[in-house]
Amino acid sequence: MVTLNDYLLVSGLFFALGFAGVLMRRNLIVMFMGLEMMLNAANLSLVAFSRFSHSGAAAGHMLVFFIITVAAAEVAVGLAIIVALYRAKQTTHVEDIAKLRS
Amino acid sequence: MSPILFWLFSALMLGFGAAVILNRNPVASALSLVVSFMGLSALYFGLDAYFIGVIQVLVYAGAVMVLFLFIIMLLDLKTEKSRRLNAVAFIGGGAIVLAFVGILVNVLGRSPFKQPFPAFEHAGTTEAVDIGMKLFSEYNLPFQAIGVLILVATIGVVVLSKRELN
Repeated sequence: MVTLNDYLLVSGLFFALGFAGVLMRRNLIVMFMGLEMMLNAANLSLVAFSRFSHSGAAAGHMLVFFIITVAAAEVAVGLAIIVALYRAKQTTHVEDIAKLRS
Repeated sequence: MSPILFWLFSALMLGFGAAVILNRNPVASALSLVVSFMGLSALYFGLDAYFIGVIQVLVYAGAVMVLFLFIIMLLDLKTEKSRRLNAVAFIGGGAIVLAFVGILVNVLGRSPFKQPFPAFEHAGTTEAVDIGMKLFSEYNLPFQAIGVLILVATIGVVVLSKRELN
């Protein structure tokens, strides 16, 4: 029998993978993919809680719907920023971008 | 959802999720993430969230990841040259993630959510109808705010993508 606990465990592990991607990888695009993984892990736990506490489409589904929409807008803006950065610096590696440190 | 399917799709999602951060080639990472999101969508179907599952495939595996691949190929990113590993980021990041997983397992071991899910009740309408009705009544203000947000994001992307910013 699959319980809510199992879903939360899988969701947490997926979040940890995304977190590891953001912390350990130095490529901006892969770090961005890690951010997407963390958002999706949160979505999975929201849907699981929604199914657990209520038997129909509940507030959790609406929240996930809005999160997906905002995440899509965020990806568009983020990738545009990465492209602008690449034009200026010819790199997507965070260690090559140390302008603020000077 | 039967336990076998649940663990199968979870393993698919987590395995390809690990492949995302282990691959050195960004294109391989992006394609792994597509497969990972497909597994996640199957988990949504298992939770009777059919609309969210379909949206996940359409928006994430479809639109967002194609955008990622498009940018990766536009920027012509080659496989990273093997740089020396940033030891601080690697050890520090690994320690934080391991601590996170440790807390997660600890908390879930004591969690009160170990009883099975309640039976799914069909409300007479499909879930998509339900979400649509709520979207235009109870959640109408956030829905319109999202519309404004997407407009602003579109304008922002156009401005950012212009060759010269004055």
